[in-house]
Amino acid sequence: MSNLLPLIQNETLKIWKKKRFFVILFILAILIPIFTYAQMRMAENNKDKFTDWRSQLIQQIADYQNALTSDRIPEEWKQYRRIMVQQLTYYLENDVDPSAPNAVTFTRGFMNNAVTLFIPLLVLAIGSDLISGERSSGTIKMLLTRPVRRWKILLSKLVALIFYISLTIISTLILCYAISGVFFGYGGWKLPVFTGFIINGAEVDTSGVHAVPHWLYILMQAGLAWFSAVIVGLLAMMVSVLVRSTAASIVTMMATIIAGTILSNMAAAWDSAKYIFSVNLQLTSYLEGAPPPIEGMTMLFSVGVLAVWGLIALIISFGVFTKQDILN
Amino acid sequence: MATDTQRSNRSDAAVLSVEGLRKRIKGKWIIHEVSFDVRPGEIFGFLGPNGSGKTTTIRMLVDLIKPTGGKVMIGGYNVQKQPEQALRHVGCIVENPEVYPYLSGWENLDHFARMQPGIGQDRIQEVVDIVGMDQRIHDKVKTYSLGMRQRLGIAQALLARPKLLILDEPTNGLDPKGIKELREFVRMLASQGMSLFISSHLLSEIQLMCDRVAIINGGRVLAVGTVSELIDENASYVLWQVDRREQAVALLSGLQEVTLLGQGEHGIEDAVLTAIPDAIITTVAPGAIPGIVQKLVAGGIGVEAVQKVSPTLEELFLKLTEGEGIV
Repeated sequence: MSNLLPLIQNETLKIWKKKRFFVILFILAILIPIFTYAQMRMAENNKDKFTDWRSQLIQQIADYQNALTSDRIPEEWKQYRRIMVQQLTYYLENDVDPSAPNAVTFTRGFMNNAVTLFIPLLVLAIGSDLISGERSSGTIKMLLTRPVRRWKILLSKLVALIFYISLTIISTLILCYAISGVFFGYGGWKLPVFTGFIINGAEVDTSGVHAVPHWLYILMQAGLAWFSAVIVGLLAMMVSVLVRSTAASIVTMMATIIAGTILSNMAAAWDSAKYIFSVNLQLTSYLEGAPPPIEGMTMLFSVGVLAVWGLIALIISFGVFTKQDILN
Repeated sequence: MATDTQRSNRSDAAVLSVEGLRKRIKGKWIIHEVSFDVRPGEIFGFLGPNGSGKTTTIRMLVDLIKPTGGKVMIGGYNVQKQPEQALRHVGCIVENPEVYPYLSGWENLDHFARMQPGIGQDRIQEVVDIVGMDQRIHDKVKTYSLGMRQRLGIAQALLARPKLLILDEPTNGLDPKGIKELREFVRMLASQGMSLFISSHLLSEIQLMCDRVAIINGGRVLAVGTVSELIDENASYVLWQVDRREQAVALLSGLQEVTLLGQGEHGIEDAVLTAIPDAIITTVAPGAIPGIVQKLVAGGIGVEAVQKVSPTLEELFLKLTEGEGIV
């Protein structure tokens, strides 16, 4: 272990000096204000129409119910609305505003939306050239001719990657809260959120529902987002080992992640799509009780599927990296 | 050739010992049964044209490519089985000196120093001084010229005080001054007891730098021996420049120790001949030149220049494969 630490230091330093993490911070610092502004406009709009959040919620429920009676809306969409109606009713009955405008609610919403596409993208910025970058610059020849076993090199890279993934999640949370707080105020940590909705087909089982304070909810959310991001990181590392060029490696990963997002919106009828990793990335939506992309998926199922994908990626990465010939 | 017996006598002491190394890539044999030894303190040349398997062999020496068969021993350790022990004694530059462009020279050295225990900041300063890079060492590597990257690469290779330094085509891309400096540097390192393994596709490079040489072509080692027995002995074309060419040709053709060569009978590079178009091209028995000069002078022919010229690499291969020089 003692000789692993300097290697981790090396890999952490290289990612830092490549300024990839600054790019991530820069993207966050640009995008979050844009979303904050959009959110603010929406809040203002609602404030004009409704004096009370309760009347807004009632209107929303009524909208959903109207849609349910329409013949033109496909059955899958109706199911989503049925579930939402039940959830919103639960909030209304318990006199809790599910979208009180404050920095904490915004952060919660942002994380929930970022977990399938945005955060994986940021992870790719770091993970995709982990190995392929060393290959295309030729420095891998220097790295692998030092008296260090190859698995140690890869492990040190993996540790550095997970370190930066964690840092990315934390930065997203902090930047979200700090920037949106300017507009919405910094309060809201103690407001309750309901979690534990169990979805059975079109019915919502509220027997397990309990209120948690917002800070705890965000912590749980961040943990799940971190898990998704780490799995994406492991897969990115595997692709980076297998593919020689960084560009090809990014494109491959992007394509699979985007395909997953598209599939989870349209493949409700294709049952086995639920074993695709990118369909399972949105772990956070289980927390808020949104209907899963494909019926029968639960949080445990998704975590399991992702874990298996991650494990396979690890086995392939280490298996190939320790044996492969460096030909160019 | 006596190299086989020499090898078995010396193999205990060899810094690098390669035995029956083979490599098959995608069903095709790239390297067939390569064997040679590098002894302590010697400069060992690895001569072959591009595509002869030099780089593949070098990559197998330093564990970048796993051999299909055979073994590589460095300092008594098997590179494939105990890479951590074996590579501790090796510094190498495979093809180009690749370093991280977004780090400074010093940060690069620090990075590689951390990969091995026992290399401190003072050692980094030492190698920086050895390669004479003190001025720019804290600049980002992307601002360096190729020559400077080469030096940084060598500094990196020297960090761990290796017993064996492997340089793959080290003169590639260097200007004549850089090549001369490199040559002196290599001599200096060898005089301190380091073994050097230098690959090149240039005969003259190997001739100028190395003590012993292995000649490789088509993935086979054609010969291993000292530079003088393999190259110099096969390299003696003698070019004569005289004031009365016809008389000289007549005189030389009458001598037993001289063979006159016409157009197309020799393997001298055109670049050499265009500079001296009227030269008489011959091969001469060893040690006969002073006597022949006397005879020419006695015959009233003024000798302007007598020049020994190496053949091209291709011709050397031809000679080695024709004769009994195949190992």
